This record gives sequence, structure tokens and C-alpha cells, in this order.
Amino acid sequence: MMRARVLGAGVAGLCVAAELVGQGCNVTVFDPVPRPGPHGCSWWAGGMLAPFCESETAEAPVVRQGQEAAGWWERQGVAVTRQGTLVLTLGRDRRELDRFGRRVAGHQTLDAEGLAALEPDLDGRFDRALHIPGEAHLDPRAALAHLRTRLESAGVAFVAEQGRPEGLTFDCRGLAARDRLPDLRGVKGEMAVLRSADIRLNRPVRLLHPRFPLYVVPRADGLFMLGATQIESDDRKRSVRSVLELLSAAYALHPVFGEAELVEIGADARPAFPDNLPRLSRQGDTIHVNGLFRHGFLLAPALARMAVEAACDRTRPEFWHDD
Amino acid sequence: MQLYGTEINSRLMLGTAQYPSPSVLAEAFRRSDAGIATVSVRREAGAERGGAAFWNLVRDLGVTLLPNTAGCHSVREAVTTAQMARELFDTNWIKLEVIGHADTLQPDPFGLVEAARILTEDGFQVYPYTTEDVVLADRLLDAGCEVLMPWGAPIGTGLGLTNIYGLRTLRAQFPDVPMVVDAGLGLPSQAAMALEMGFDAVLLNTAVAKAGDPAAMAEAFARAVEAGRLAYHADPMEPRDMAAPSTPVIGKAFLS
Repeated sequence: MMRARVLGAGVAGLCVAAELVGQGCNVTVFDPVPRPGPHGCSWWAGGMLAPFCESETAEAPVVRQGQEAAGWWERQGVAVTRQGTLVLTLGRDRRELDRFGRRVAGHQTLDAEGLAALEPDLDGRFDRALHIPGEAHLDPRAALAHLRTRLESAGVAFVAEQGRPEGLTFDCRGLAARDRLPDLRGVKGEMAVLRSADIRLNRPVRLLHPRFPLYVVPRADGLFMLGATQIESDDRKRSVRSVLELLSAAYALHPVFGEAELVEIGADARPAFPDNLPRLSRQGDTIHVNGLFRHGFLLAPALARMAVEAACDRTRPEFWHDD
Repeated sequence: MQLYGTEINSRLMLGTAQYPSPSVLAEAFRRSDAGIATVSVRREAGAERGGAAFWNLVRDLGVTLLPNTAGCHSVREAVTTAQMARELFDTNWIKLEVIGHADTLQPDPFGLVEAARILTEDGFQVYPYTTEDVVLADRLLDAGCEVLMPWGAPIGTGLGLTNIYGLRTLRAQFPDVPMVVDAGLGLPSQAAMALEMGFDAVLLNTAVAKAGDPAAMAEAFARAVEAGRLAYHADPMEPRDMAAPSTPVIGKAFLS
């Protein structure tokens, strides 16, 4: 049985471990804190599996490779909600919706009635929206915990001390791998979690705004995750300004959020290469899986599959990068 | 074109924010031949200098960097940010923004003059983001500015030159002051018009960064800027009401 080490227990590392187990490998995952938690940037993710929406700014490979994500997570036993994504603008920014519609495939335009049918609690607040039915979302923390438990019961060892290299190593350490991948940089994202019993959303909602874009991802127990900030910085400070922007945008989406409980504020830096596309690369017996940027849960399944395939039969898949 | 004694070979300046990725940003710069890149300092700086990786990518563009005080709403904030920028980028140049109105991002004329004076006395070479107001322009020149950056329209709107009369007046009042139309441009034709009117250069960001194909749009602006400058030097005809055919009519069977 082939032995393999995985460095990093974030979303990339866990997905690679799952693919290795699928190939019958004996896998050990090394991470200074070998369980999902606030030390890794996957913890702070939105969990939107939204390849079409991402194509507003991301390149074609992200859309293409992101298609398999929802099915992959479901096959791991993770609860995936396939209700699509809703895209909205406030009154005076309507033209942002036209632009988004021009650039993003797979959407339907909704009028007020169509919107009310999908999201009754937004009835009367917007007269037009886009619905992208082919998208999905999951709860990132639940997904990470589930995957880790599943891997453990499949015999994967999770270890804090990085042992001696033995066989192939899959380096999935994110920004910590800057010692080996100097092109990596951090792109800061900030998020907040609110709890409200007064509003129910069935799917992620993206509010397009020239200055304060927002997404709201509904989670279980009346929780809502707010996100969207993107700052060229690798500091992890939670800034007042970002939180103000997120909360104001949520309030503009629906005033009921003004009465919500502020449960959590978080910030982390996401690993990205200069083209904001992920990369697979090889240095000796180490295969790097990195640069997932804002597409961790969307692209980790495809990257993990490609990384393991490349290791087994030395193919050069999409996102392969020669140094 | 000389700005504070430095020869700049391109009349197009580009901002570095909001691109889909640093690679797209670099490609846009390559296709535009822009000579100056503005770079925002405030949110990315902080004690840890968390934006260093991105700034290194911007430095690699090989163009002259003009740090800005974008997002500053007071004189004190703008002055502090300028000082931080000088330290970070090792330049006395600063594009000075003091925002007076949150919704329109209109400059605060009073704060702008005060900050310009403080920074000039501190050895900075100030590029003030201003309106087309001639009185304000006069005060900024008094405060030590040698370049002016009047807006075309509010930042990020893409509305083009919204007060052509005001911009013409400003250009005519200070014929020897280098002026860069900054902010509000959405289309290359608007940039061409600014150059046709005798402005020395244009600075834009959103129009390129948020285009579907930023690199192509950057090149489109570069060509428009070149066309506008050529036209300005070519002494354009005056508009007139009387139609004048450009081919002679004599000898044609025009009575048929």
C-alpha cells in the first residue's frame, strides 16, 4: 500500500487525504493543530459552491473545475443545499445587475413575484433579481468536521508533529507554504455571523454594490454568515470599517438584520498566486496544492483529484505549474 | 510631459485597485503603456505592513509609483497616510485625496488646501484631487502644488466629463500648470476628449479594472489618449453652423 503524507488539515489537505484514501493509500495528515478550527482560513469560508457567480471576476478554469464540487461533497456525506444563488441590487445600482447578468452564465431573471416565490421574506423589497439555479452551498465548519471524522474512521492518522518524509508529500499548508512558494500572497477577507429568528433565507444572497458588496449565506439554527471583503493584505485584524460595511449592507438587504444577534466576527488571509488561480506543482517528492484564494470549498475537490492523479500517473493536469 | 521636474513619457495613469488579479493588472499596464501607477496605502498598511506582497507586485510593473491617500476624510488622516506612503515607497510624490462627502466622494476643498500646505512644507510634491473650481485651483497653487488633478466626475461613476464648461475654464485660466483629469472616466472617448481640450493626462482605475477585459480596455484608453493629444496639437477646426461640403459641387448634376 502506498504511503503518503499530507501537510495541512484545511480544506485542501482534507480533500487530498480523501482522494488518497480513495486510491487505497495509507495517509497521515500533519498539522500543528490537527483539527479544523480558527487557525485555518477554511474555517472562515462562506461555503458557497457558486462557480457561475465567481466567473464575474474569476477565469474560465474556476467555473469549469468548480462544477464537480457539490457532487464531491455530497459523496463524502456532507449536507449540500442545492437551491442556487440569488443576486440582488439596491434600487439605484440596478445597472450592476445588468452587468452581472451579461457576464455570468446560467442565470434566470426574476421579477418581484418570482423573487417572492423563492424567498418569501424578501417579498416587496426588490423588483428584480437574478437566480442562478445550478449553484449550491454548504456549512464549511460542519463539512470540515465531517470529513475529518470520516477520514479518521478510514484509518487516516492526524498528527501534530511533522514526521520524517516517507513516500510522497502533499503540501497543502496554504500561506504557511510561503517558505517553499514565494509567489504566494495573502488576501484578507473579513466575515461576521448573525443570528436572527425573524428572517429565513433558502439560499445564499449576493448583494451587488459599487462599494460594499455583500453575500449572506444562511446556515442552520437561524445563523447567517456575512462576507465579501477582499483586501490586499495578509494581516488578520478584524477592522471596524469592514464590519461596519458588512453590517450596513446586511441592514440594507433587510432591516430585520438590525435586530439580529452579532454572534461572531472573523478575519483571515487567503493564499493566492498572482493570477488568483490555484496551482499544482512538484518539488522533488512534494506536490504542492495551493493558492485556492476565495475558492477553497469550490476548487479543493477538483484540485485534490488532479493532484492525486498527477502523483499516480505523472499527468500534467489543469492548474499544473512548472517552476 | 514634466511633472515636478520628472519626465513622464505616457499621458495615461492607471490605478491599481479592483482588478480581478495582480496578473490581470500587470497585463493591463503592459497593454496601456501607462507611465504612472497610483497605489492605495491606507487599508493595506497598518503596523504589520500586510500589503507588502501586493506592493511588491506593483513595484515589479516598472512604472513610477504615485501613492495616494484614498479613503481619507480629514486633514490629519491624509497627512499621516502621506507620511506613511513616503516611508513605504520612498517617494515625495503624493496624490492627495481629502474626501468631504461620503456619498459622492467629493473632495473637501478646505481640508484639501490645508493638507496640501502642510505636506508641501514637509517636502512633499502634491497631486491634489480637486474639483474644476478655479478659485480652489488658485488656492492649491498658492499652497505649493505644481500639478492639479481635477475630476471629470465623481470617483467610480464612469460619467465622463460632466462639467465641460468648468473644465475648459480651468484649463484656460492656468495654461502652464500640468493638469491631469482624474476620476469619473468610463470610456476611452471621454479620455480622448480631455486630451483634445488640452489636459495633459488622465488618471483612471475603475473603467479599466472593472471592464470585462481589463487589458483590452487599457489599450483602448492608451490609443484614445494618444489620439486626443495628437488632435490637440493638430489645431482642430472650429465648429460652425453652416454646412460646407468637403467636395466641390461645381460640375455635378445637382439640379436633377
